[in-house]
Amino acid sequence: MRYQRWFTPWVLVIPALTWLLVFNLWPSINTVILSFTNAKPLGGGTFVGLKNFETLLHDEQLRWALLNSVIYMVVCLPFLTIIPLLLAVLVEKKLPGITFFRTAFYTPVVASAVVVALIWQWILDDRGLVNGLAEKLGVISGPLPFLSDQWLLLLSAISLTIWKGLGYYMIIYLAALGNVGRELHEAAAVDGANALRRFVHITIPGVRGTMILISILISVSALRVFSELFILSGGKGGPGGRDNSVVMLIQQYSQGFEGNLGYASALSIVLFFVTVVPMLVLARLNRRGAEA
Amino acid sequence: MTVVTDPARPVAVPPEPGTPKRRRSGTFGFNTVSPREKVARYVLLVFVLLITIGPFLWQLSTSLKGSGEDIYTRIPRLLPSQPTFDHYKAVADTIPVWDYARNSLVVAVLVVGGNVIGASLAGFAISRLQFKGRKLVLGLFLATLVLPGEVTIISQYVTVREFGLANTLFGVALPGMIGALNVLLMYNAFRSLPIEVDQAAIVDGANAWQRFLFIGLPSVRGTISVVAIFAFIGAWDDFLWPLIVLTDPDKYTLTVGLQYLSGTFSNNPRLIAAGTMIAFIPIVIVFATLQRFFFKGVEEGAVKG
Repeated sequence: MRYQRWFTPWVLVIPALTWLLVFNLWPSINTVILSFTNAKPLGGGTFVGLKNFETLLHDEQLRWALLNSVIYMVVCLPFLTIIPLLLAVLVEKKLPGITFFRTAFYTPVVASAVVVALIWQWILDDRGLVNGLAEKLGVISGPLPFLSDQWLLLLSAISLTIWKGLGYYMIIYLAALGNVGRELHEAAAVDGANALRRFVHITIPGVRGTMILISILISVSALRVFSELFILSGGKGGPGGRDNSVVMLIQQYSQGFEGNLGYASALSIVLFFVTVVPMLVLARLNRRGAEA
Repeated sequence: MTVVTDPARPVAVPPEPGTPKRRRSGTFGFNTVSPREKVARYVLLVFVLLITIGPFLWQLSTSLKGSGEDIYTRIPRLLPSQPTFDHYKAVADTIPVWDYARNSLVVAVLVVGGNVIGASLAGFAISRLQFKGRKLVLGLFLATLVLPGEVTIISQYVTVREFGLANTLFGVALPGMIGALNVLLMYNAFRSLPIEVDQAAIVDGANAWQRFLFIGLPSVRGTISVVAIFAFIGAWDDFLWPLIVLTDPDKYTLTVGLQYLSGTFSNNPRLIAAGTMIAFIPIVIVFATLQRFFFKGVEEGAVKG
């Protein structure tokens, strides 16, 4: 039974639906169309067939970008699935002042990636805080080139991503911890299980579904990394452009007279397939776990 | 008419932080924290606090250190010995930083407004009104979630360019003005209202608009504030999209402007520190002011997605 004129729901839905069609669905189709052209950032372009995809196969920068993305994902995953859960357990108990700590831990999430990357650029500078302290303590004799060595730069960006993500995943775990039965914890405590055993045998299984969701989020966002690497490398993608991510390459081809939106679209399609893989793998893992 | 309780408000009011809890001696209560555990927890909390907040304080300190002060000292000094606001003025002399802040604000306000209105209208219709094609519409919104925004960013730019909005602030704001995720969040929030409330309103003769304005909206304030907070933060912090759309340095938003500043004048860390603080402090104030709505929304389940 309906209680309104037939068009009322559509009037409410149409703004959002328009946005969805114009700015989500059409661009997805258009990305595929554009990838067969050599469209320019300022307009124009012609059909070039599979040329962009042939170029992809021989693009050395893309190979580095894909390698960087995989390293990024593999290093981020363990840190960002485990530390935020420990933090969530830490801030779960409502001690006096806990709201302050929760808010403070979330601050790096709220700050722009550009802001935090510029802060870290200064901390990791040749004469910055980290090198200064390490030299003072005699750990190193000369400054470590955090921002100019290919691998140290990648590692710095990864640490920055992990540091910035802790609060975000902590909050998701915190919401999930609320659903883990308190009775289980109490029963286990009465039976003499210590905090560590309760964490391993009650908390972790209780948030298993959330953990898989978080793993998907971490993997996808690691593969999409842009601002951290862009700012830390001064927009240059590190020595020889070997510290680019796929999104950085897309951005580079999106601008100027040298730009090529057709090739950038072909790179976008690569990005799509790269991000779909971990989603499928982890979703499958989830299903298998649910059946078992 | 039925009074609808706000689901944003937790049913059981948690004890105010700061009120001293009487420790029941002798009981092995699960909620009581032993003094030793309390100390351990606070030590850990402060340790994590240093890691998360430390870098921001260091940057703030750098921005306030006088030009004559050695910022490279081997023993780091957190408190400036010659505190000054000169570098904040110097940033404004180097780049039009206040214009950039205004540009960011314009984009953020457009995005917040668009999302609050567009997402709540659509979310209400999909969850509370019966119509043909409802399932299909919901499916379309769900389907876009697997698509990372960066994948379509190039063709989105082409679309905005076709509208003649390349290199405009409106072009920066436009695509994000109604996010699919926000529509789904609102859909989820409206859905948790009991259907009997709607039925009672229909019996009372309320039409769809009245049910939206007087029943639906007041009961999803928690989720609306989460949508608004995230839309604001997202727009204010965004970097890649404005970097692609804007070519004219006069029109930059703060994040793009900061990158411009650091690329051109990177020899003075104090200046860049002042610039980052100009971008950082407003968002912290916004978040600190609204954090209770945010954490309430989290309890309500608005973040789980």
